[in-house]
Amino acid sequence: MIKILATPLIQVPWWRNNRKVGWLLQAAFGLFLLIAIALLLANLERNLARAGMRLTLGWMSQPAGFDIAETLLPYKASDSYGRALLAGLINTLRVVISGLILATGLGVVVGAASFSANPLLRGITRIYVELVRNIPLLLQLVFWYFAVFLSLPPADQALHLPGLQLAKSGIYLFGARLINGELEGGLRLSLELAALLTGLVIYSAAFIAEVVRGGIASVPKGQWEAAESLGLQPIQILRLVVLPQALRVIVPGLNSQYISLAKNSSLAVAIGYPDLYAVAETTLNQTGRGIEVFLLLLLIYLVLNLLISAAMNAINRLVRLQER
Amino acid sequence: MKRSPLTLQRQLFGSLANSAFTLALFALLVWAGWGVLSWAFGSAQWLVLRANAATLTIGRYPDAQEWRLWLLLGMLTSLAGVSWGRLRGLNNWPLNDRIAALLFVISAVLLPWLLAFGAINQLRLIFLVLLLLLLRQWSGGAWSKAFGKWWALVWGITYVFGLWLIAGGLGLPAVRPSDWGGLVFTLLITSLTLLLALPFGVLLALGRRSGLLLVRWVCVAVIELIRGAPLITLLFVGQNLVGFLSPNGFAPDRVWRATGVLTVFAAAYLAEAVRGGLNSIPMGQQEAARSLGLSSVQTMGLVVLPQALKVALPALGGQFISLLQDTTLLSIVGLFDLLGIARSVLSNPDWLGRYAEVYLFLAVLYWCSCAALALGSRALEKRLATNYS
Repeated sequence: MIKILATPLIQVPWWRNNRKVGWLLQAAFGLFLLIAIALLLANLERNLARAGMRLTLGWMSQPAGFDIAETLLPYKASDSYGRALLAGLINTLRVVISGLILATGLGVVVGAASFSANPLLRGITRIYVELVRNIPLLLQLVFWYFAVFLSLPPADQALHLPGLQLAKSGIYLFGARLINGELEGGLRLSLELAALLTGLVIYSAAFIAEVVRGGIASVPKGQWEAAESLGLQPIQILRLVVLPQALRVIVPGLNSQYISLAKNSSLAVAIGYPDLYAVAETTLNQTGRGIEVFLLLLLIYLVLNLLISAAMNAINRLVRLQER
Repeated sequence: MKRSPLTLQRQLFGSLANSAFTLALFALLVWAGWGVLSWAFGSAQWLVLRANAATLTIGRYPDAQEWRLWLLLGMLTSLAGVSWGRLRGLNNWPLNDRIAALLFVISAVLLPWLLAFGAINQLRLIFLVLLLLLLRQWSGGAWSKAFGKWWALVWGITYVFGLWLIAGGLGLPAVRPSDWGGLVFTLLITSLTLLLALPFGVLLALGRRSGLLLVRWVCVAVIELIRGAPLITLLFVGQNLVGFLSPNGFAPDRVWRATGVLTVFAAAYLAEAVRGGLNSIPMGQQEAARSLGLSSVQTMGLVVLPQALKVALPALGGQFISLLQDTTLLSIVGLFDLLGIARSVLSNPDWLGRYAEVYLFLAVLYWCSCAALALGSRALEKRLATNYS
């Protein structure tokens, strides 16, 4: 008995041993990976040497020499590449942050409206979501910029909406006045920024509306009925009973939509808004520092995504079901 | 649920506030619709589309070689007709056949006329639609049994042959991919990327669930890095950095580089969809397959993956639609996809300021394509749905 246990009757060959084969496969895979990376790096070094360049970040302190159409950070052409990229990053953050707020607002309203008792309103929300989600964002952006915003009338015939004036020289919020044929005062948004925000918000809001709709649909119907029988108004039901429960489902979905919005903001380059990617592209064209510029872009967008995820996870901890 | 007119009336005009709201919405809709219609039949100048219809469809493909595209379209139409007929014979085929056929006939007559394609092209299109419908009619019973499972292979061979044909096989003059353009380019790149990305995505998904630590880490790193970066930065790598990483700065045509980037990008997203499907398959399936004596490769290929892909189908369909939309980004890196060719048409001084007409036309095209993909994926879901009853 003991003897049999010590020496198995059938000798298992090594290729039948899952553990050994696993290690062997990993070793082969690792070796392949190492060789591939080494080859790429060797190529890179040889090609860079031929072009007379070395991987450094020294060029970032050289004067950039190009203008940026609009910046929040004070910037002039004689400033360094580093500062130009920083100005671009701040422009990106400006779009992403205002886009997130506006898209969330519109998305929640549309998502909630898709549960309205009014069939006309429900129909409109359906059409909006289906229309916007099936047309490429880039096409929507160029449409808003070239077909809508660039065809606005000059300042003395500006379109007046409540608290908003639209003219070829820009979009003016909060009461600008016409002085000597030009609009002044208030908060001016450039046409590029306005078109980018409009396109991004309308596109992202359609996806957010679907997330919100899914969240609200996940709240059992009994909750609505119970709230109704307690005498709450429809808006109150939504605000006090349904949304707090729906948020548990909504927040994780919002996370990925927010990250998409941040990444989609890089399409700004197509309509001439100087965001991070646009500035980086100009920098590349002037310096030829492709590798460094790309690594920088990748790093910044990854950090941006991680920040959004961290913030959303914090919110998720707040709204999730508090178990005893 | 069937609503009687009374309840609909109550839903719309139940209370005073609700009535006012409904009327306001209705007025808004009428106002918007009136605005669009009066623009479309008043100040819009649709000539830009009629004059550039050929460019928007095939880009800068040489006129003398145009017959190759027609030949490819003819082959694909025949295949589609037979496939349609075969699928129609099966149960669960949810599309309403007659409506679809009618739509094809209407569009074959109406579109060339609206876009001024010329009499010859009009006849060609009508012929193709007739071919489609006739093959659909004939290929129901006997044919579907004769070909059986080889039908997918016929599609594959035709596809590869088609690519070869339009690029310049058979001793025909070569047409560089940079000269492809317009709708044809968009459809080709989308389909090619889709076909290449799916197996790659499945491999990445399997790697991410692998028991081998190194493989898992590499797959996770690849997937997360690609999903973390905007597509435009990756296309930027393809256009600017591939030369740095290859021996002697060699780089394939820009179109192939962009296709490669799109493929890797799509694969990372498809991998997550497939992973969701894989996670939904209970361990018992795998254990049962192993205890029947299947090897681990057979278990995965014959038992787990087919079920996982079926579960992942809605997510995969969504990714296919985003892929079609993402091809518009190729216009930013200077390729002439549908949007790129439209932008180059609009930069022509003859058509200055005709943005709204062209972009609206593109929007309709993309919307229809995406809707068709969504319908197709839903039809496939229904077709594959297993009924355990």
